[in-house]
Amino acid sequence: MSSSEAHAAAEHPHNPHLAHHFDTIEKQDTAVRLGMWLFLGTEVLLFAGLFLGYTVYRHFYHHTWHEASRTLDLGLGALNTVVLITSSFTVAMAFYFIKKGKTGACAGMLVLTILFALAFLVVKSIEYSHKFAEGALPGQFYHFNEVPGPGANLFYTVYFLATGLHAFHVIVGMSILIWVLVRVLKGHFSPSYYIPVELGGLYWHLVDLVWIFLFPLLYLI
Amino acid sequence: MSQSDDKPPTFPAVHYLNADRGVWSWLTTVDHKRIGIMYFVSVLLAFLLGGIFAMLLRIEHLTPEPTIMGANTYNRMFTLHGVVMIFMFMIPAIPGVFGNFLLPLMLGAKDVAFPKLNLLSLYLYWAGATLAASGMIMGGTDTGWTFYAPYSTSTPTTLFPVLLGVFIMGFSSILTGLNFIVTIHTLRAPGMGWMRIPLFVWAIYATSIIQVLATPVIGLTVMLVGIEKVGHFGLFDPTRGGDPVLFQHMFWFYSHPAVYIMVLPAMGVISEVIGAFSRKNIFGYKMIAYSSLGIAFVGFFAWGHHMFVSGQSVLDNGAFAAISMLVGVFTAIKVFNWVATLYKGSIAVKTPMLYACGFLFFIVFGGMTGIAVATVSLDVHWHDTYFVVAHFHFIMVGAVIMAFLAAMHYWFPKMFGRNYHEGWGMVAACFIILGFNATFIPQFLVGNAGMPRRYFIYPERFTSLNVASTAGSSLLAFGFVIIVFYMIYALVRGPIAGDNPWSSRGYEWNTPSPPPKHNFDTTPIIDRDAHSYQEPGEEVEHVVI
Amino acid sequence: MNELMRRMLWLPEQASTFSTSVDHLHYFVITVTMLISVAVGLLAFAFFFKYRERRPNQSTPMVIPSIRFEIVVIGVPLFFFLLWFVQGYKDYIWYTSPPSNAMDVYVMGKKWMWKFSYPDGPNAIGTIHVPANRPVRLLMTSRDVIHSFYVPDFRIKQDVLPGRYTETWFEANKPGRYQILCAEYCGTWHSQMWGEVVVMPAPEFDTWLAEQKAGLAKRVDTGGDDGGEFRGSIVEYGKRVAMAQGCVKCHSLDGEPHIGPTWLDLYHRRETLDNGQVVVADEAYLTDSMIDPRGKIVRGYKPVMPTYKGRISAPEAAALVEFIKSLRSENVQHVPSKEAVYEPVRR
Repeated sequence: MSSSEAHAAAEHPHNPHLAHHFDTIEKQDTAVRLGMWLFLGTEVLLFAGLFLGYTVYRHFYHHTWHEASRTLDLGLGALNTVVLITSSFTVAMAFYFIKKGKTGACAGMLVLTILFALAFLVVKSIEYSHKFAEGALPGQFYHFNEVPGPGANLFYTVYFLATGLHAFHVIVGMSILIWVLVRVLKGHFSPSYYIPVELGGLYWHLVDLVWIFLFPLLYLI
Repeated sequence: MSQSDDKPPTFPAVHYLNADRGVWSWLTTVDHKRIGIMYFVSVLLAFLLGGIFAMLLRIEHLTPEPTIMGANTYNRMFTLHGVVMIFMFMIPAIPGVFGNFLLPLMLGAKDVAFPKLNLLSLYLYWAGATLAASGMIMGGTDTGWTFYAPYSTSTPTTLFPVLLGVFIMGFSSILTGLNFIVTIHTLRAPGMGWMRIPLFVWAIYATSIIQVLATPVIGLTVMLVGIEKVGHFGLFDPTRGGDPVLFQHMFWFYSHPAVYIMVLPAMGVISEVIGAFSRKNIFGYKMIAYSSLGIAFVGFFAWGHHMFVSGQSVLDNGAFAAISMLVGVFTAIKVFNWVATLYKGSIAVKTPMLYACGFLFFIVFGGMTGIAVATVSLDVHWHDTYFVVAHFHFIMVGAVIMAFLAAMHYWFPKMFGRNYHEGWGMVAACFIILGFNATFIPQFLVGNAGMPRRYFIYPERFTSLNVASTAGSSLLAFGFVIIVFYMIYALVRGPIAGDNPWSSRGYEWNTPSPPPKHNFDTTPIIDRDAHSYQEPGEEVEHVVI
Repeated sequence: MNELMRRMLWLPEQASTFSTSVDHLHYFVITVTMLISVAVGLLAFAFFFKYRERRPNQSTPMVIPSIRFEIVVIGVPLFFFLLWFVQGYKDYIWYTSPPSNAMDVYVMGKKWMWKFSYPDGPNAIGTIHVPANRPVRLLMTSRDVIHSFYVPDFRIKQDVLPGRYTETWFEANKPGRYQILCAEYCGTWHSQMWGEVVVMPAPEFDTWLAEQKAGLAKRVDTGGDDGGEFRGSIVEYGKRVAMAQGCVKCHSLDGEPHIGPTWLDLYHRRETLDNGQVVVADEAYLTDSMIDPRGKIVRGYKPVMPTYKGRISAPEAAALVEFIKSLRSENVQHVPSKEAVYEPVRR
């Protein structure tokens, strides 16, 4: 009955990334991935409440919401969608490169992703400023006369809350990617250890995915 | 239950409590056992705070007119009692204290999957609790712990710090749940398949799933109420087109599964205690494990039974009522299995077992009054009366706190290496069980009589039952005070317990008591079932019932 | 037996036709609950003695459930729970189906009092008079936050919401005075938001109502201290609101077509909308038109009516509807009747 720790020591030299309570790096990686997926699940549920609010009020105020949706800038929204989808591609490429050991290319892809994220935020703030100018604001601040029906202010409430919460997550995701980029540039990662890049990318994909749902619901239908 | 050895019990020279010294070593620890102890102290303080306010409320109810406080103070106090007890005690207590301490020990692991995240959970709990408590004490929130809109979005009292505190504590809960799920999946010792994990671990697993899935929803909901209060965006405000019942749906979508976050770990504790003190396999292990998962799953679909008279449709009410009945079946299965575990056991009646016996009575009575309020026509009369208050206190205090006390007494020697005084333990248990009945049974009756909840003054005809309930609560409080005294004594001067004073076969008892910092020098290999009291090769009688 | 159980359980009077069915199911459920919980507690206690530890480290048998045990343990509780669900739900459906001949009363909850209005009759604060043995339907709304209308003796309760109407009904079968309690926390004096239902024998009630309408009895029952309220019929109140809000600028009261459809004979008129759809102008349509006037446009009229959402309160809207209902012409048409002639149906 030999201890499994003795086994591990014999088969793998001490891996600086292996925590003391995990037997093997494979087990640790599995645990870390499972943890990340669970966390992404909680993020989905966080947004779920807003999607519920959207569904309920869309049902109540069908006409008005249809009209209000037309007042959103479809061009800018579509641009943002393309920007985010492309950024998901670049972050996936970053992951691909680091697995191959191409640190430089990985860093480049991460920089692109971060720039795309920034672009998304800039476009969003342009959209917001349009809405502020028009008076299409949530709740008590609403004074936008082009959509006079009941429930119009609620459309903009849900719009600002949902896109605002999403934009917050874009900022968080960007910060995570910046931190990963710094570690890539410092040479922390290699084909044998790249899991933080993978997880950062996973988070970014979630941020993109939430937008993929928000865009059609708010802008298209 | 005496130990098999004649040697005097030993106390290890170095263990997790003295391995590193100084306050800083505690505040920056990643040792799950130390984190569990810090949760222990924190939740006990929270319980003290919530309990003091409960006693003040009960004293106020001695007379039908104002007794010791005014209406606004009363309203703030019952809110404080609810928020503190639920978010600062009930939700974190058993998982935070015993889940943290025992999960790696029970799995044969050296720590949880993400020890630093565990510490972050503790920090978040402290931050959220401090924010919420101070907000309530300084400004005083008066919405009740349910924060119903549009009252909550229009009341002048302090709400934002409380909501933010609840949000942050929710985050702590999510991270703990996430940590435990990953630990159970990836850190089981070799030989421990899923059907060999202890039932407490199954209970924590089911609880963690609920924590991870449900808590984000309350996080969003309290955030929206806060934004609504400050910005008046109209989400729940009918004058701006919003729907107050939408708030109720979002709130209860979390808060109903939340009661299973509170009760499932308690059920796990009872499985452990009944098995250990009957020295027997747990009857129907698989059934208990699956019904934990069943409660977690079905519990997500029953939230509308809190809203039977809210204006919800007749069809919704029927659906939610029927689903709520199903959850009751899972609990019934567990109760039958626990009682059957006692059958043909070798039972040592010690304090933990006394609490387990109280638990059995309270979970059946409390659970079945839950079925009663789930019966729609009956709930029309009972909704928002003291009947419901009594029902949920039967479960939250009667069942969960009995289980917490059972856990505290059962694992006290494991955590601190000493024994508490068994005689005083039994005395306190009697006061608590009897005092609890004396407090809450009159509340069922006064609810029947028609007394609504959250009533500062009440019609005179409800006086005698209120006085009876207050009298009972003094017995209950006295029982807790007794516990404080003998436990503190046991901590500093209790007799040495030795590694396994109960001769329990739980995996966690395979380490010294108190355990060393890294739990195990070598990863154990599991070659038997979790609650098995058979020696390998022993001839064992099989009885089928 | 019923009375014994009722007293032992501290249940209040059974003063409505709903009370007895609720209580009977209650007795069933609570008796089984108490029996089973005591049985479980006692059985556990008995096992503590019968199977107590006699020697340290005594061995114990493996006790295993049979399939039959599992089926019984799952089946018996499930059977009882579903039985209670079915009976409870049946009773509940009956509870949510007011009879078509029920008398309507409007209820308005606000911090911290209850206000009542009869469609043709008086309004009151805190006290509602109803006839015994006749069904009464309550149409309820709130002026501010969520309240809940609860009469323990009738076993009825319904949340009262701002911005919406909820309904409940009862048939009181015992004359007397029964307390109304607010059952949804609504602020400082939630615990004092009381009212009273005065159940009078039916003939007495008819007399009382006639007196109220004739204005002979000018008493207003008060339970709170709200002064300056309009005291008169809801129809007169509705007329005042129509004048004050300017409705009559576009809607005539005498049949003349104007900017908007005339209100004379509007109630239950079949209107053709601009999209060809035909609707009946019932209470829902009239209220809807005030809130979302551009949702349904009557053919031949322009969509120029502004929304009154947020500009008139719920009781004012109800009063307007009652006023519109009262505008019936003495139209006599000399045509052979095609079918029997009825009074307009009120729901």
